[in-house]
Amino acid sequence: MTYINAFIFVGIVCLIGQIILDNTNLTPGHITSLFVCLGALLSFCDIYEKLIAFAGAATSIPILSFGNLLFSSGWNGFHSDGILGIFSNLLSTTSAGICATVIFSFILSIFFKPQD
Amino acid sequence: MDKNEYKKLVKKHTPKENKMKNALISFVSGGLLGIIGLGLCDLFKLFGFSNSHAIILMLFVLIFFSCLFTCLGFFDNWMSYCKCGLIVPITGFAHSVCSAILDYKKDGMITGIGSNTFKLAGSVILYGIISSFIFVLIRVIIYG
Repeated sequence: MTYINAFIFVGIVCLIGQIILDNTNLTPGHITSLFVCLGALLSFCDIYEKLIAFAGAATSIPILSFGNLLFSSGWNGFHSDGILGIFSNLLSTTSAGICATVIFSFILSIFFKPQD
Repeated sequence: MDKNEYKKLVKKHTPKENKMKNALISFVSGGLLGIIGLGLCDLFKLFGFSNSHAIILMLFVLIFFSCLFTCLGFFDNWMSYCKCGLIVPITGFAHSVCSAILDYKKDGMITGIGSNTFKLAGSVILYGIISSFIFVLIRVIIYG
């Protein structure tokens, strides 16, 4: 059942992005930035936790989860350390994704040449 | 030939994008990616990783393979076929970083790779940080 929910959730998020891309002049860069802000907003309204209960681990695949993780780690940081805790904890959970992206692509780019 | 005729001619010959087909393809490809991710996550849980570690490892696998396929050169074709099915998930983020590094490799380590790596992905990080910071501040003001 979780697999069907995962299919529906990730599919619908991609579908919304595609509809925006087809019907407006926005570029993919606009859409990903918009979705990150939307993820933070959903997390702010406590909707994202319900989505995690609905689709399980698949909620961390769309870029929406980036906003969710940023918001929730910032909020947890405020609870442990106050205002300074927001600054020191905001990137703590998203760090895994960003670091993995940079490290993997840097190492791989040493061995490959750009194709045309 | 006057302007209106010319416009009609251009309109007749621009390739029409089938919006329904695009939407269906992005829905199905995104959904399949979700199923693959969840399957990987369950697989890692079978090996005894905790839930949060399994999610991180699953993201690592997706990021690694999208970087590898970008370097091998056929991820761009998939991207132009699936469009948002691959742009909105984490694979789009990895693809933008990896293709920027590959493209600007010839310009040198600092002026090429260093200054252009986050050319496309930087907006995601920048607006993510700013919007979530603002939302945290609003929630701090509301709930104390």
